[in-house]
Amino acid sequence: MKLKGKAWKFGDNISTDHIAPGRLFHLRSNLPELAKHVLEDADPEFPKLVQAGDFVVGGNNFGLGSSREHAPTIIKLAGVSAVLAKSFARIFFRNAINVGLPVLICDTDQIDQHDELEVDLGAGTIKNLTKGVELTFAPLPEVMLTILEDGGLAAHVQKHGDLRLE
Amino acid sequence: MGQTLAEKILSRKVGRPVRAGEMVICPVDVALTQDGTGPLAVRQLQKLNMVRAACPERTVLFIDHAAPSPRKELSNDHILLRQFAQETGCVLSDVGAGVCHQIIAEEYARPGDVIIGADSHTVTAGALGAFATGMGSTDVAIGIALGKTWFRVPETFQIKVAGQFSPGVGAKDLILHLIGRLGADGATYKALEFVGETIERMPMTDRLTLANMAVEAGAKVGVIPSDEETRRYLAAMGREEDWQPLAPDADAEYERVVEVDASKLEPMVAAPHTVDNVHPVGELAGTKIHQVFIGSCTNGRLADLAEAARILGGRTIHPEVRLIVVPASRRVFLEAIDAGYIRTLVAAGATVLAPGCGPCVGVHEGILGDGEASLNTSNRNFQGRLGNPAGFIYLASPAVAAATALKGEIADPREVLA
Repeated sequence: MKLKGKAWKFGDNISTDHIAPGRLFHLRSNLPELAKHVLEDADPEFPKLVQAGDFVVGGNNFGLGSSREHAPTIIKLAGVSAVLAKSFARIFFRNAINVGLPVLICDTDQIDQHDELEVDLGAGTIKNLTKGVELTFAPLPEVMLTILEDGGLAAHVQKHGDLRLE
Repeated sequence: MGQTLAEKILSRKVGRPVRAGEMVICPVDVALTQDGTGPLAVRQLQKLNMVRAACPERTVLFIDHAAPSPRKELSNDHILLRQFAQETGCVLSDVGAGVCHQIIAEEYARPGDVIIGADSHTVTAGALGAFATGMGSTDVAIGIALGKTWFRVPETFQIKVAGQFSPGVGAKDLILHLIGRLGADGATYKALEFVGETIERMPMTDRLTLANMAVEAGAKVGVIPSDEETRRYLAAMGREEDWQPLAPDADAEYERVVEVDASKLEPMVAAPHTVDNVHPVGELAGTKIHQVFIGSCTNGRLADLAEAARILGGRTIHPEVRLIVVPASRRVFLEAIDAGYIRTLVAAGATVLAPGCGPCVGVHEGILGDGEASLNTSNRNFQGRLGNPAGFIYLASPAVAAATALKGEIADPREVLA
């Protein structure tokens, strides 16, 4: 599957408090409304201007902090097709797969704000069309690939009536 | 080849020897959610037509993050959680009972347990020799319904601590020092296993502080061997029968061994906006502070309130500081009342709030104004954490917090105690 869109660049240590802050705790049961504020504490322009298919591009340790699954969920709801980072915090990474948001580990120093990217999930490649460079990303563990292919953890359990990951 | 504590716990649960790097499907002993993550877990189970729990008496839905509720939307979330508990027989821990991790330590966690929680600080129960880790709402929802989850068995960093703390220095300073050394992602996916003479001598209250913050270095779990102190704590909680000894094998394989000399540590402070931005208190002394928060699953226990009361007893906090004190549980609150700590703290100028998370998550009970700074005994200082991205958060021990409340600026407790 090929994904195409514009890069939105963020720095290191983007926390779940940047993505879905505690001051908006009361919107967690209204995810479309919460999604209108996604990442606004890191870049106020982002939720206003992000377009369907765009990519969130972070540095090291993207998504650190809380276990709130609302964080990857609202990134997905905002239309983002994948998050690219040099590394991810553990719970965010697992949550993203569970909600069906691809998370790709790659050298994001090769990507700048608003670069046009084309990601081939099957081939494991990221083309930076603006810069004319091609990057690769580490393949997901088998378990996570299964969950992602089933459309997330809830869909996986719905399909099999159980965890079928071994 | 021997096993680390994490490998040992998972091997026993899975029923075969497992090694770091393996994927396992593992039974779950205790599952928990809180009011920020529980409603989504409940809705997932409703959508899947799986409104049930494999083990309702060890599935706990906590209402602690926004408790009592400051908004109607959250009051409605609380209704959803109460209804789910009623329908399934799961345990509801309602407003005023306390922070989920404190109650899990007091009433549920057993050495050798596998505990999953829709809250990143679920790692706290590792202090009792449990494999306890945070996950998202859907993972925990599936764990509640099926009674199992999947794990990658983590590699382990052994943290070996020797030496005696100097006066005014303790477990919080040790874990802040360690996070500063490892970095906020230095232990991502790993288990931290705390051992050594300092840990062996350490009371459970301080072990809980260490395990609680393992996740701030990115770790999946923070585990401590179950020993006589674990037995003493469980006995004090009225459940000595839950005790069993548990230790790593002497020939276990560690990815990394980190040694710390506790006697060389000073009071430490994490400065905004990441937990690994750690400095000795002297480097930050004099920084103007508007609010001090003593509480949370990290440092809201009886010994923490005792330390604050010892420093603040007979004194008055600085007139430009709000001091917010939140006991971690109802048990802690009652014991602190009986011991006179609450009277001492209120007399010194503290605002004491109901057991729960207090201001920690930025929902209520102490949101910062623009440009204001707070010094907290909690575990996170991310931008926006106290409800305002224009605020600044410092993290430290109860001793540093109490000294800071007296001075109105970051202060070294050793100077106040002298």
